[in-house]
Amino acid sequence: MKIEFDHLQAAHCETGVTSSLLKYAGIDKMTEPLAFGIGAGLFFVYIPFIKVNNGPAIAFRTLPGWIFSKTCHSLNIPVVRKKFSSKEAAASFLENCLESGQPVGCQVGVYYLSYFPKEYRFHFNAHNIIVYGKEEDRYWISDPIMETPTTLTSYELERVRFAKGALAPRGQLYYPKERNIIITDEQLKRAIRSGINRNVRNMLHIPSNIAGVKGIKYTGQKIKKWRDKLGLPKAGLYLAQLVRMQEEIGTGGGGFRYIYGAFLQESYSWYPNDQLLEISKLFTQAGDAWRTAAIQAAGIYKGRIGSQSDFNVMGDYLLEISELERQAFRALSKIKWHS
Amino acid sequence: MEKKDVPQDLSSLGKITKEVCYATDETGKYTTELSRGWDIKISALDTAWQDIKDRVTLARELVLNDKASPILFFMEKGLMDIGIVSAYTGFWKWQIRRHLKPAVFKKLSDKKLQRYAEIFNVSIEDLKSMNVHED
Repeated sequence: MKIEFDHLQAAHCETGVTSSLLKYAGIDKMTEPLAFGIGAGLFFVYIPFIKVNNGPAIAFRTLPGWIFSKTCHSLNIPVVRKKFSSKEAAASFLENCLESGQPVGCQVGVYYLSYFPKEYRFHFNAHNIIVYGKEEDRYWISDPIMETPTTLTSYELERVRFAKGALAPRGQLYYPKERNIIITDEQLKRAIRSGINRNVRNMLHIPSNIAGVKGIKYTGQKIKKWRDKLGLPKAGLYLAQLVRMQEEIGTGGGGFRYIYGAFLQESYSWYPNDQLLEISKLFTQAGDAWRTAAIQAAGIYKGRIGSQSDFNVMGDYLLEISELERQAFRALSKIKWHS
Repeated sequence: MEKKDVPQDLSSLGKITKEVCYATDETGKYTTELSRGWDIKISALDTAWQDIKDRVTLARELVLNDKASPILFFMEKGLMDIGIVSAYTGFWKWQIRRHLKPAVFKKLSDKKLQRYAEIFNVSIEDLKSMNVHED
């Protein structure tokens, strides 16, 4: 069986899956930026005592699954989310969904994801795809990163659904419980507000110096010490990891700021408040600043530059970004909402 | 970033699919543009792979000099750490640390070796001899 399902390419996997599934459930107004904003997807955290791929653990995103859950929750859409201990149960549950005409979001690992180029296949377990059909031994896959739909054999799908390691998906699947959902403009507006408020809270008010805008500042301060502490080659590797976490498929730091800017512009059509457009520009600036920082980092990991003052410049970029995003979220927290 | 500035440096992903980027048009309005890749990202990924190659080379030397068991080599080659090997094989981390010692490795039963061979996608013979068949 193959469900009539429109494949939509997106900038980020989970927001892409979320907006596609909600569109399928009848919410035509849903777009990727709306899903990202309502799901409060913008985040930053640097966990100093954990290593990922022998480098620093830096995330520009919330935990996998949160965007989908938060978006649905804000719109009062009940969600089915399941993890499995048995591979057979995971496969048969998925098939039942497909039989009943329900496309399903799946969390998967990319290490065994056969249609990805080898260079991208790390042990990263927070990728999201939609399964929307099965013909003989092949599943139809809508991967938001890809331009066109693709397929996986049942063995391949099982392997990526049961990838192991950090954030192991354990066969996790999810979808909105209802179809033909009707969302009023009022509901959507409330969801936009609640998404913005939650994102303000995540970026400004988590009482810790490693998360939110304080986390960006903390990382900037750390970077200035990396050269002395780690030596130039390793410090370069750390910076390359930062850039990969920031710009690579499925994560995106600079890119996320642009999506958030797009979200605020879209919000403007629901809340015609000029401030939204002004703050959107701040996020564009922040995105540009992340990219400038990435170029500086590349100079170091390519070995073109590498003095302590180059690291200071790099660290200062992050301090500036931290301040810029603090201002942007402060401004968002002060918006007077009236419909 | 403006739409016209969206980078188009061909990456290995770009050969398979272009990526969606959000960018602004001439009037400042957000829209999307497809990108073939960005030089800065490509070199970040290259840097990561160079590190992996160095680690694999080092691991191979350690194994040849009897300082580590072939598990280290295949672990580095598979981009894994002890945590991931433990999750896939079901061995405890402390067991794997022991198995990384050549003397302990040589005494491992075929049954245990099989668990490693499976996750590294090689035969037991290849596991012991560090033989690699490039795919």
